[in-house]
Amino acid sequence: MSDVTRAEICVAACAEAWRGDEEIIASPMGLIPAIGARLAKLTFAPGLMLSDGGADYLTDPTGADSHVEAHIPYRQLFDFVWHGSRHVMMGASQLDKFGNQNISAIGSDFTRPKAQLIGVRGAPGNTINHPTSYWIAAHSPKVFVEQVDVVSGLGYDRARGIGHAARFHELRRVVTNLAVFDFQTRDNRMRIRSIHPGVSIDDVVEATGFVLVGTDNPATTPEPDAEALRLIREVLDPRNTREREVPSAKRG
Amino acid sequence: MRDKRMGVDDVVAGLRDGMTIGIGGWGSRRKPMALVTAIAKSSLKDLTVVSYGGPDVGMLCATGKVRKAVYGFVSLDSIPLDPHFRKARQDGGIEVSEFDEGALQWGLYAAALRLPFLPTRSGLGSDVMRNNHDLRTVDSPYDDGEKLLAMPAIHLDAALVHLNRADMFGNTQYLGPDIYFDDLYCLAAEKRYVSCERIVDTAELLAAGPPQSLRINRMMVDGVVEAPGGAGFTSCVPDYGRDEAAQKAYAAGEIFVEASR
Repeated sequence: MSDVTRAEICVAACAEAWRGDEEIIASPMGLIPAIGARLAKLTFAPGLMLSDGGADYLTDPTGADSHVEAHIPYRQLFDFVWHGSRHVMMGASQLDKFGNQNISAIGSDFTRPKAQLIGVRGAPGNTINHPTSYWIAAHSPKVFVEQVDVVSGLGYDRARGIGHAARFHELRRVVTNLAVFDFQTRDNRMRIRSIHPGVSIDDVVEATGFVLVGTDNPATTPEPDAEALRLIREVLDPRNTREREVPSAKRG
Repeated sequence: MRDKRMGVDDVVAGLRDGMTIGIGGWGSRRKPMALVTAIAKSSLKDLTVVSYGGPDVGMLCATGKVRKAVYGFVSLDSIPLDPHFRKARQDGGIEVSEFDEGALQWGLYAAALRLPFLPTRSGLGSDVMRNNHDLRTVDSPYDDGEKLLAMPAIHLDAALVHLNRADMFGNTQYLGPDIYFDDLYCLAAEKRYVSCERIVDTAELLAAGPPQSLRINRMMVDGVVEAPGGAGFTSCVPDYGRDEAAQKAYAAGEIFVEASR
């Protein structure tokens, strides 16, 4: 039995979202996506631009011999968003089968929501301008819903509805604590791409509030290789903060 | 050149009920909290607040000053959601216009350039279009024919910003990592009020930062307030970072918490 934790599998799965990306900004939101983006830059996606959390972009994500290579304040960040030179991994309070995301408000009455969230933030502009992935640390039917209450980030049905203006729309991956999903189906409905080791199809189906595609013999999410594991454990996250976001108690 | 120095109370005296006020900074970073606190304690009411929202929005909601909030998000950064803003929303106590944060910039920029709107894709297809009934689209007049969101100009009656240094004429300097949108707020507004950590002689401005740190100049400013610690518990680096303990107390309900530094 491997000693690789669920959190480490999630880190590697998040990193995979940026595979193939060249010199663009990688904007991970959340702890495990942040470790994943740094892992991607250190291994198979060295061109990625990574910020220090503010306006400065650093050459070395290990921090060992790091220099500021670029300065991109918010005013200029939106230029790059609209130019398309970015791939963001956002969170979601709700996500539906076409990848519509809600981070704005819960409830059917927007004038008096049951719960006000952070606001749509940059989600409408991100999703219509450049590739977007999502990270969900706690996969549940409250997150994966039939229909989101406030469409903040566009799913494929909404993108289709506006035609040519959505030609840069692309949802690449959804990574959760249970599985990895993509939208590579005929009608861009979310499908299982792989299930993490120790998770069953039933676990995923039960935790999802809509009918999933790809439940027949899904692949198993690969474990990080020895070098990736070393980087995660010794270099990128020696204090094991990843364990807080995805505890390994349920590892099978 | 005119000496534009004034006090916090002079700024408040220049504001009126029902005004649209743009507030600079971002989240819980470089917010003009000295000015915002004075408004919260004044008799002003029915304000429309335009902000990359942080405790400015929350404090003005908690004190009943806000008729309408215009924002892309409201967050305290290290505390993701502002409880006072949430309560106002969940009580149905305020109107809102929630935009994509890049489109919000476009609205301020359109006002700054005296244009009726600027085109963008950011917002199309999302519920921003459903929740803001007055938004319109525009068809490109060129061969591409693309349909775009016509982001309307957001005209401000007043702008409030807090930066690191200024001279008495309104030449203003940021020394931290990001100007955010403070210069756009000033250009989009009728009356422009800058508070700063320290007023210095014009000759001293370049001692602290390069010429490109002078992002707001006297053409863009009507009043300058010296307000050391004027960002309250929000960050104002390099002068000071965020006071997390004070921010926690604010989030727990102590609206007028004093930052300790």
